[in-house]
Amino acid sequence: MRKKLDFLFAGVGGQGTILASNIVSEVGMRCGYDVKKSEVHGMSQRGGAVESHVRWAEKVYSPLIEEGNADFLLAFEMLEAARWPHFLAPGSVALVNIHQVMPPSVNLGQEKYPEEKEIESILTGAGDRVIWLEGAAKAVELGNHPTLAGVVLLGVLSTRLDEPAETWLRAVEDLVPAKFKELNVKAFWAGREMAAGS
Amino acid sequence: MKKLMSGNEAIAYGAYLSGVKVGSAYPGTPSTEIMENFVKYPGVYTEWAPNEKVALDVGVGSAYAGTRTMVTMKHVGMNVAADPLFYVSYTGSNGGLVIVNADDPGMHSSQNEQDNRNYAKFAKVPMLEPADSEEAKQYVGVALEISETYDTPVILRTVTRISHSKSAVEIEPEPPLVEKTALPAYQRNPGKYVMVPANAKRRHPVVVERQKQLSQYAENSPLNRIEPGDDRIGIITAGIAYQYAREVFPTASFLKLGMVNPLPEQLIRDFAGQVNEVIVIEELEPFIEEHVRLMGIAVRGKEIFPNIDEFSPQIVRECAIAAGLIEAEPASDTPVPRFDLPVRPPMLCPGCGHRGVFYTLKQLGVLVLGDIGCYTLGAAPPLAAMHTTGCMGAGIGVAHGIDKAGVIDRCVAIIGDSTFFHSGINPLINVLYNQGTTTTIVLDNRVTAMTGHQMHPGSGRTLQNKETFQVNISALARGIGYEKIDEVSPYDLDKLSAVVEDHLASKLPSLIVVKHPCVLYAREKHPVPVVDPDTCVNCGTCLELGCSPLTQEEDSISINPMLCNGCGMCAQTCPTGAIQIAEINS
Repeated sequence: MRKKLDFLFAGVGGQGTILASNIVSEVGMRCGYDVKKSEVHGMSQRGGAVESHVRWAEKVYSPLIEEGNADFLLAFEMLEAARWPHFLAPGSVALVNIHQVMPPSVNLGQEKYPEEKEIESILTGAGDRVIWLEGAAKAVELGNHPTLAGVVLLGVLSTRLDEPAETWLRAVEDLVPAKFKELNVKAFWAGREMAAGS
Repeated sequence: MKKLMSGNEAIAYGAYLSGVKVGSAYPGTPSTEIMENFVKYPGVYTEWAPNEKVALDVGVGSAYAGTRTMVTMKHVGMNVAADPLFYVSYTGSNGGLVIVNADDPGMHSSQNEQDNRNYAKFAKVPMLEPADSEEAKQYVGVALEISETYDTPVILRTVTRISHSKSAVEIEPEPPLVEKTALPAYQRNPGKYVMVPANAKRRHPVVVERQKQLSQYAENSPLNRIEPGDDRIGIITAGIAYQYAREVFPTASFLKLGMVNPLPEQLIRDFAGQVNEVIVIEELEPFIEEHVRLMGIAVRGKEIFPNIDEFSPQIVRECAIAAGLIEAEPASDTPVPRFDLPVRPPMLCPGCGHRGVFYTLKQLGVLVLGDIGCYTLGAAPPLAAMHTTGCMGAGIGVAHGIDKAGVIDRCVAIIGDSTFFHSGINPLINVLYNQGTTTTIVLDNRVTAMTGHQMHPGSGRTLQNKETFQVNISALARGIGYEKIDEVSPYDLDKLSAVVEDHLASKLPSLIVVKHPCVLYAREKHPVPVVDPDTCVNCGTCLELGCSPLTQEEDSISINPMLCNGCGMCAQTCPTGAIQIAEINS
């Protein structure tokens, strides 16, 4: 077991950010870590930004990660990824879904959506590296359910940690709605393959 | 076995384990999920009340009848429920009564920050404050025991980061199913329960004596504990602040309070005697700090830590470093710069009927006196068609006041259906009674949408998912005496505009009920309109709707089919007819 692992999740309402963070929390519990998780509900379903913190350690006090301490950033939308460089620990990894949801100011032509290169430089200024992932494209290929991309990213994440794939798989199966179980299992394996290929 | 639960799930679980049989609440972030989870347990009765005052009166009745009862609300809900809180403090509760109060430091979803620990002191009732989900579960049972032993309501206080954070909770054996042998008999005792002045005068000293006994309880209760450590700094803290402080001061001595009213004075004195310096770390007001200072103990708190916004580990650390309490960490070579990125505020959903109303009101240039709900997003640009929002039910009264001040500007009050049932009916009566001319618009989508689609008196279903009466808002207004009432769909912009114009021109107090189901709840989707790039002059008129699928490209407008709900409002606003409603069979 590691001393501690802090995961920061970022996305847009409706992308399954909370579900993905619930799955990571569950995996931590089942592997014997003390786990805490925090997010803010409320207006998130109305298209606003969503963030969720998951912490694994022998003993966790604060449910919020302290700035500069996140070991992994899992971002389901590119602009949302760029908001959190100050949370990244040295040596951390950002897994970013290649997917854009335009915020209102961009729709209205008042602001520009940042370029991929710009986002990469924002994140690598603090963390170690950015891994761009075709999670959204894979989700479309598998069945276009909005939360599938998140589970694809979890498949990738699982390859970078020591916990067995079986534990991840069980947690995915137990936490997703029963009728989408099969699709989500496929998405998880797709993520594992994607990691092997990258 | 342990299970991850949010604070709210743990409170519901704790209530079930402790034999709570009746629950009443009005939804409010961050408290809503308590009742939504409690309803799932067997053998319990739960309901959504129209507002927090009604919920607490219901809870009082149930507790008077000897039944363990839970009432839940957000911090500003306690303002609404303050009246019953004060009388039930005097009368006592008989059966266990726990009032769960969820504060929202940082205002994630609220109109103001307030520290409701002050209500416990104000109403002279005990208050417990858990620091994680396991404590949240346990404290419900402790609160009920205190309630029954000392004949008092007990407030359980959480904050957003307790209610909405998950941590491990020990799963307990199922509580024994108690056979209902006899229906509860109400024990009549008017001298205790009729709060006329003569009786209330006799009850107040009882309350003061109860406070003394509770202070004694606090001294010896395991809820308050000293965690010995380094004697240089002694930290007094409670709730979520304890968790942050523990991260920042891993070796300090702690007095961790689980009961924040009344405070254990002797325990505080003993603790202060064991350490060189006493520091209080608490979010919002200096509630504990002021009490400790009044005891004559040298203490620092708010001169170091802020009295606004919610805390985080880094805020506690930065303040502690600035005050010299801990060493600064070696600075990293390059501090992470902050980037100026486009913000992503919440917006009205694609297809939301509220959008048509705010678009129309903006076109007509009227003054809009708003209220609390999803529709408050009508204040955000580009709609920007709401000019005041205060508290639940405020808009109609504010509009009437503006009317009576003699303002000639055309104005309307706007309120959602759930908010109308919460506290919009009284001000609607006031307009009629005092011969005002206010036009009130009720946005009637038949559900409490903003907090996550809870049922209300207009929904036709109860919290327990039973079919029930559906209160008709037009019929209600007619019964009050309103004569000018119209019902209209928000999706026909021309008709909506004509109806609003007609009402504004009338001197009668009037009501417009805008009827449309919440699109996020009904999940209805229609074909996506088609933009003809040759006809589109890229004027941006449709963008005034503030609908997220509409994007201004270089030459024309585009509609994101993944996001679009197909409501067709954009086609109605297009001056060149470039946006066409899609054929149903296409």
